Amino acid sequence: MISEPALDRLSAMFQRPDVTGTRYELISVLGRGGMGVVYLARDTVLDREVALKIVDRPPDEAHEANEARILARLEHPGIVPVHDFGQLPDGRLFYAMKRVRGDRLDRWMASGRDLADRLGVFLRVCEAVAFAHAHGVVHRDLKPENVMVGEFGEVLVLDWGVAQLRIEDCGVRIGEREPRIGEDDARIGHSIVGTPAYMAPEQERGDPAVDHRADVFALGAMLEAIADAVPVAAIARKARSEDPAARYQTVQALAMDVRRFLDGRAVEAHRERVVDRLARVGRRYRLPILLVLTYLVVRVLLLWLVRV
Amino acid sequence: MSAFPVTRHSIVAAMRSTRPDERRSAFDSLVTAYWKPVFKYVRLKWHASPDDAADLTQGFFLRAFEKDFFAAFDPSRARFRTYLRTCLDGFVANARKADARLKRGGGVTLISIDFGEAERELGLQAANAVDDFDAYFHREWLRSLFASAADRLRHACAARGCADRFAVFEQYDLAADEIDRPTYAELARRLGLSPTDVTNELAAARREFRRLVLETLREQCATDEEFEAESRTLTG
Repeated sequence: MISEPALDRLSAMFQRPDVTGTRYELISVLGRGGMGVVYLARDTVLDREVALKIVDRPPDEAHEANEARILARLEHPGIVPVHDFGQLPDGRLFYAMKRVRGDRLDRWMASGRDLADRLGVFLRVCEAVAFAHAHGVVHRDLKPENVMVGEFGEVLVLDWGVAQLRIEDCGVRIGEREPRIGEDDARIGHSIVGTPAYMAPEQERGDPAVDHRADVFALGAMLEAIADAVPVAAIARKARSEDPAARYQTVQALAMDVRRFLDGRAVEAHRERVVDRLARVGRRYRLPILLVLTYLVVRVLLLWLVRV
Repeated sequence: MSAFPVTRHSIVAAMRSTRPDERRSAFDSLVTAYWKPVFKYVRLKWHASPDDAADLTQGFFLRAFEKDFFAAFDPSRARFRTYLRTCLDGFVANARKADARLKRGGGVTLISIDFGEAERELGLQAANAVDDFDAYFHREWLRSLFASAADRLRHACAARGCADRFAVFEQYDLAADEIDRPTYAELARRLGLSPTDVTNELAAARREFRRLVLETLREQCATDEEFEAESRTLTG
């Protein structure tokens, strides 16, 4: 008979993976992401803390090393780096990533940040995602919970567990593709993955033609959560268009429009009324306008004094 | 029709075999895996007396064998455990309505089952009221799964002449209470091993136990997908 305490003990043992034979010691659970659990672990060789992701899928699945390989290709300050990759005694794969200290974007925003700061972080996310797109990688699960804002202001995009390598997007023809890195498991590539509130309609339908514009859609949904100013809401709406062709065609184009807003320029997604345009121009050129007005007032005063 | 690949060693899949001996053997394995959760579930959910629950458990498996209940299982619609429990509820409800004890299989022994043992276990378990029978059945199934894997581990260790490995696992991980649980140093003294040996043997036993649990689980699932889902439930 397995007693109640023994049953709890064995269940807990199963929940906590056996990392014997690796250089890591598990400390606690950091969270659950696409396809696995992320643990806070200690690298006993380098004596440093790492985030250790253990992939749920059994070892004969072609997809399981996808994230580690994709991440290993993406060296960018906005993308969490992979340090190591290996197999546990039970056959499951793991990879060690930099442990990011900070707040998830949703929590960071909840602590009351001004609009410019929030949009600044959003632009950093766009830079990382645009970099991934340039390497043919579509994230497919962008949301505030997958963005970390570090203690020193660094912004990192996490959880590339459902990312997809678009071979045609990175200029590699099918016949020339690298045999393992580029293998896009049809089940993963064509299955419905992501988070409903941030998922593009074509992704929700399981459309095999999902491309980088699905990330543009998710970024639009994130932008909507980040700011509600009228021009920003219009940018978010355009990014979230039902039809991928009606969205910004690249993340750079989306980021450019957000930058225009931050610089006080007209945004592509929003047609202004004359009065709004005047107010915006007034805000943007406040100092020169004040100087000119002051000059004119002084000039008029001087003329009046001379006449008197 | 499900397009999922059939697990090679699945006893659920073997229930559909055209060979009667294979079917019977798979059925015996299935009864071994599930009779305790079934008995305890009937005792508690259906408020059956020990004799009545034993009778209903035997009757349920007898009827399942005769009517090929389990061969009709469609893995694309539910987990096998859920399917079995639904069949069980239907069977007990009908049996209660008919109140035909002999027809339920009373007095007929399909396989040798020690219901007294399950009853003693019930007595040892906390007498808390069960309000979620789905969770209760799952927990009893898990207990049965772990017990079966522990039994396999015991045999495997004995066959390989490494009884210490199982002894360490049994006294440390299977200890009935936290109070009874020895420290590594106490275990080393008890078994005449060094503390390092205890650590190594325990790590090896846990690894083997994990493998055996998954192997047993794989046998109880009809498809690779069901196995994947079940093992994800186990690993959290």
